[in-house]
Amino acid sequence: MMRIVAPSPQALRLGMSPGMRVADARAQLPDLAIFDIDRTADAALLERIADGCDRYTPMVAIDGTDGLILDISGCAHLFSGETGLCADLTRRLKRLGMHVQIALANTPDAAHAQARHGKGEIGAMPVEALELPPEETTALRRAGFKRIEHLTARPSAPLSARFGESATDRLARVAGGRDIRITPRRPEAALIVERSFAEPVTHVVAMLAAIEQLAGNVVQQMEDAQRGGRRFEAQLFRTDGLVRSLRIETSLPTRDVPLLMRLINERIETLNDPIDPGFGFDLVRLLVPLLEPLDPLQLPLEGGAVAQDEIARLIDRLSTRLGRNRVRRFAPQDSHIPEQAMLVFSAIDPRPIEAWPAPEPGEPPLRPIHLFDPPQRIEVLASVPDGPPRHFRWRRTLHEVARAEGPERIGSLWWRRADNKGMTRDYYRVEDRNGHRFWLFRRGIYGREAANPVWYLHGLFA
Amino acid sequence: MIRESAHKLAALRARIGAIEGAMPSGDAALFALGHALLDARLGGGLARGRLHELFAADPIDQPSMTGFALMLAMRLGSGPLLWLRQCDAARGFGELYGPGLIDLGLDPARIIEVQAPDEIALLRAAGDAVRCQQLTAVLIEPWKKTRAFDLTASRRLSISAEKTGVTVLVLRSTADPSPSAAHSRWQIRAIPSQALEANAPGPPAIEIALLRHRGGIAAFHQCLEWDRDQSAFHEPALSGGLVPLPAHRLLAAGGKGIG
Repeated sequence: MMRIVAPSPQALRLGMSPGMRVADARAQLPDLAIFDIDRTADAALLERIADGCDRYTPMVAIDGTDGLILDISGCAHLFSGETGLCADLTRRLKRLGMHVQIALANTPDAAHAQARHGKGEIGAMPVEALELPPEETTALRRAGFKRIEHLTARPSAPLSARFGESATDRLARVAGGRDIRITPRRPEAALIVERSFAEPVTHVVAMLAAIEQLAGNVVQQMEDAQRGGRRFEAQLFRTDGLVRSLRIETSLPTRDVPLLMRLINERIETLNDPIDPGFGFDLVRLLVPLLEPLDPLQLPLEGGAVAQDEIARLIDRLSTRLGRNRVRRFAPQDSHIPEQAMLVFSAIDPRPIEAWPAPEPGEPPLRPIHLFDPPQRIEVLASVPDGPPRHFRWRRTLHEVARAEGPERIGSLWWRRADNKGMTRDYYRVEDRNGHRFWLFRRGIYGREAANPVWYLHGLFA
Repeated sequence: MIRESAHKLAALRARIGAIEGAMPSGDAALFALGHALLDARLGGGLARGRLHELFAADPIDQPSMTGFALMLAMRLGSGPLLWLRQCDAARGFGELYGPGLIDLGLDPARIIEVQAPDEIALLRAAGDAVRCQQLTAVLIEPWKKTRAFDLTASRRLSISAEKTGVTVLVLRSTADPSPSAAHSRWQIRAIPSQALEANAPGPPAIEIALLRHRGGIAAFHQCLEWDRDQSAFHEPALSGGLVPLPAHRLLAAGGKGIG
């Protein structure tokens, strides 16, 4: 059965109400326009509005499915006071076609209750404002508690004995001024600088100039603190509340403005959808979420530029352009399972490079240079079921085995499995008549683990 | 009349020479491959800071071609390597595998792998990488359709390489050898290795064929075996090093001598 969830103001005026059956509503108003609810789109819109609210305070949290909580302690004076801030917020959201209920209170829960259950004194609000489970609210009502002030007048011990711990807890949070800090959507950045414009800026070039100026500012602050940034984020606030973020990352802490600008340009080039200024940006902000110690640079006495770590810069550029997971390095990992013997990590992550274990002198290569993930299934003919392969077919080509070495038996991690089982692999190094070298394995021990073991090609030797 | 045109021709040559930069490759530093005969044929070795192209004789010879590129990189020095791969290459011939690289003698810690989503991104990244002086070599591994990798692209790369001294190795696999600014061009094929005890496959064995050389060295081919412990190429022992064959030959030769 379909029910109405969110009627528009006009529909409300015509007698529609949330929870009403669609059939009943249609009976009253045959040409009622009805749309399916899309909770993901609603959540995305709320996130977008929350992004826009970042301009007021870094402490923004999503409240349920239809609310935002802003901790504006110490921020309101920047917008000519609390009323100025509220007016600005209302104006911006109205422009987006939103209906806003703003409430200011000392605790997040009190503000939440006021925004939803009518302004004014907390005490005058109905007990529903506590938002307890329906049965508890009914119990309160049956006991004669109609408004919150009825509850606050009573000692809390008998109340919690009768209506449960949660009721008194909610009461303390809504009315008693117990302050719960909100969890902001993003951790607060270590350094934030911003610049707002009296007139919205519509040119990306002008925006970049502003970012460069902010970068200079941030670099100055970092130099004083002897730190360098490893991550930077430029946020462009559009007048209509949309926020574009440009995030860059460097492998070494840096205070180099031209480098930052190069990376930001690189990032803009790789955006899937180009930056659309719309009606213009009215605020730019530069955040440095990650700071690391960086000693002041000393120019060499004989003059000339300080030799920079070119490779680190190259990694930064390529990671910014292609994505951090596409520029990678390899580290050894202690595991006998072939596909787990190597750790792949982003080159931009600083990490001490461990030494790889040196191979045994005189041995031929025992591991292939290329490994397939997952291994590729092959058809094999072996003279005996647990012997080396005679010939095999891979990618529609038949390879006759001329030389083979094996098996190298690699057990499974049976202790990691609930059923204490797992297939043993028997690896063979084989070479075909033409000299191509392969790494094959048979999965399962014949007769013990598998009646008909399947063969795979796992790697290719040089 | 003829003298006049010869004069003009000389002037033109000089102009083209100026445009093309250091055309005579005599001034390029060489690196030896560690194989006396091969180095002698190449006049001392291959040129550093130039672009070299490697081809595979057959798609399945791709790992041998990659192996030869890595062996060249090991001969070049011990500095960092940037290995640019087009994503599809991993799908076709597998991911790079560190334990296997160290088994070949190459420290995987030297490698920075870059996966490019397409050929244009690959070439752009290559252009940036070649300008980075601290790299020892840049390995470029495009995949199949190499339309963007043309004469202009390769010339651009080789000019940057000449400036910075970074050696560029392009793994062209089975692509058609289209015109390019490569300093040398090789084709690689796997050959049966020398069997170890119990007929086990031995160290990597390949046959390399010089297709083209800017210095005018004539085409030749050569069978090589890689010695990881010495980090050098060796002459492989006679192919098919099974015991019965030489014994049989010896007998036959002996019989002839008597008769």
